[in-house]
Amino acid sequence: MTAPARITYREATKQGIREALLADPRVFLMGEDVGKYGGCFAVSKGLLDEFGEERIRDTPLSESAFVGAGIGAALGGLRPVVEVMTVNFSLLALDQIVNTAATLCHMSGGQFPVPVVIRMATGAGRQLAAQHSHSLEAWYASVPGLRVVEPATIDDARGMLRAALASPDPVIVFEPISLYNMEGDLTAAAENVQLEGARVHRAGSSVTLVTYGASLWRCVAAAEVLARDGIDAEIVDLRSLRPLDDATVLDSVRKTRRVVIVDEGWRTCSLAAEIGQRIVEQGFYDLDAPIARVCTEEVPIPYPKHLEDAALPGPERIVSTVRRLLGHAD
Amino acid sequence: MSGLPGGFTRERGLHLLREMLRIREFEDRCAELYGAGHIRGFLHLCDGEEAIAVGVMQVLGPDDALVSTYREHGHALARGIAMGPLLAELYGKRAGCSGGRGGSMHVFDAATRFYGGNAIVGGGLPLAVGLGLAEKLRGTRNVSACFFGEGAVAEGEFHESMNLAALWRLPVLFICENNLYAMGTALARSESQTDIRSKAAAYDVRAAAVDGMDVLAVEQAARDAVEHARAGRGPVLLEMRTYRLRAHSMFDAQLYRDKAEVEEWRKRGPLTTLTARLKSAGLLTEDDFQALLREADAEVAAAVEFATAADWEPVADLARHVYAEAVTA
Repeated sequence: MTAPARITYREATKQGIREALLADPRVFLMGEDVGKYGGCFAVSKGLLDEFGEERIRDTPLSESAFVGAGIGAALGGLRPVVEVMTVNFSLLALDQIVNTAATLCHMSGGQFPVPVVIRMATGAGRQLAAQHSHSLEAWYASVPGLRVVEPATIDDARGMLRAALASPDPVIVFEPISLYNMEGDLTAAAENVQLEGARVHRAGSSVTLVTYGASLWRCVAAAEVLARDGIDAEIVDLRSLRPLDDATVLDSVRKTRRVVIVDEGWRTCSLAAEIGQRIVEQGFYDLDAPIARVCTEEVPIPYPKHLEDAALPGPERIVSTVRRLLGHAD
Repeated sequence: MSGLPGGFTRERGLHLLREMLRIREFEDRCAELYGAGHIRGFLHLCDGEEAIAVGVMQVLGPDDALVSTYREHGHALARGIAMGPLLAELYGKRAGCSGGRGGSMHVFDAATRFYGGNAIVGGGLPLAVGLGLAEKLRGTRNVSACFFGEGAVAEGEFHESMNLAALWRLPVLFICENNLYAMGTALARSESQTDIRSKAAAYDVRAAAVDGMDVLAVEQAARDAVEHARAGRGPVLLEMRTYRLRAHSMFDAQLYRDKAEVEEWRKRGPLTTLTARLKSAGLLTEDDFQALLREADAEVAAAVEFATAADWEPVADLARHVYAEAVTA
């Protein structure tokens, strides 16, 4: 057996795009600086040379037009991968995503599904301040007609794009900015990666940590600290934010009977709120303690590192929340 | 306005008149059906603008793609969407061309590549750019055409889409129906430069201003534009100067314009002028006109019958089509 390949999240994402371009001539990538520049986060570096300008298309700074053009190209029989630099800029294309991509299949009575994939970087952690650090996954995840995923692992970074392109529906793929440099092992074959379904990232018995995206690794760090105290945390990586996989979450909650939801979104109207409510609706009597949430503080993300760290749902806050939930003194 | 192009036949004249009459009679009936409560929601009628829909459709092929707005009944009929399913859509019936889920503002039809019925002003333009991109990348000679009102020119999506289509030399026809009012806001109250055609120059897009009340002028301009786009020479903006003879929607008291202005434009209506021209050229008699009118009214009556008899979609199907359904062989 050969040793697993150790690569970065960035490289895994690029491999996913490259494999999609090789596998299907209908696939093309477009977005700001994806070509000559090589991608704002260097995800598409080298792809222009390999695939040419027709399939690696630099766009003007016109989020609404090029996202809409991606929707139109999907309607016209292609399989566009549209890169919006970050979720912050995607707000300029919100009309096309929410009013068009999400509605056309339904409004047309099923005649016009929209198989477009829209990738965007998300999240904080790189001192980029309030306009470059949003986590707005919950906004998109609230819209029927969209599918929303967030790969948090190396395997998912490579494999979920393929699964997204196989879907006949519009899929938003969130890529956490803080994970691009993360290294890990590529273990699963891309064709075995599913678009839907949560995954138990770490099995445990004392408490369930439900999370997604970059917060997966905050939970992993917290679980290591908790383990030293004999607290055995189970971590559920949601992977898909719409649809949500209630069954995997509930199975874990029934096992551990305690749950902390860790979400980089703001607490108010967050995915954490939605998940918590689903647990209450379906597993209230399985709980031994109130559901707890660790979310981003309700402030625009500040620039200085110590304040940014304080705003985010870091491992220390997760650890102290779990301890409090289990009745341990800090 | 006077005279007809050489080689213009009676058959051709009757065809254009028939197509415009079908739209006018349909729209008039829709207004009644709205009053009677059969059509609900927002209803935007296109009386006065028929020549644009009919003229443009004469030069588009079956494989070309179309994107329209919420004032799209005329485009749909001229494109060949059958009147029965169109009216059934306005009723919200399952037999409607969008399965009843869209209504008046969201007419869709895969068979004729009619991509809506988009009710966000300017929202359809990027779609048309993408459809044009798909044709270009697939190596076809098809074009995409999008209709929009002059109100959309104030939207960022107009400017972004013009730039993108020109930058990539895409086969896109931008057809602006300039009826002088964005809902109730007159053009001069919303645009610093009211010459819409001139905006194309900033994007190096070929453009023409056309008398949108003259179906022959529309057809000729559209023919030139389609030829340009099909040849791979890039997009074209056509500013069709027209007028909406009815209110913006059924809720509009029209406080923003004079009745005299409407009456002045009515004299220049596309049906009135084509009828007069055909008659004066000896290509149309009053009997011919009455026969066309009866024909159109019969089609409308059959459509009403179809829509009335059609079924409602069962509530159990409410959540269908939010996502694509698996294709079963």
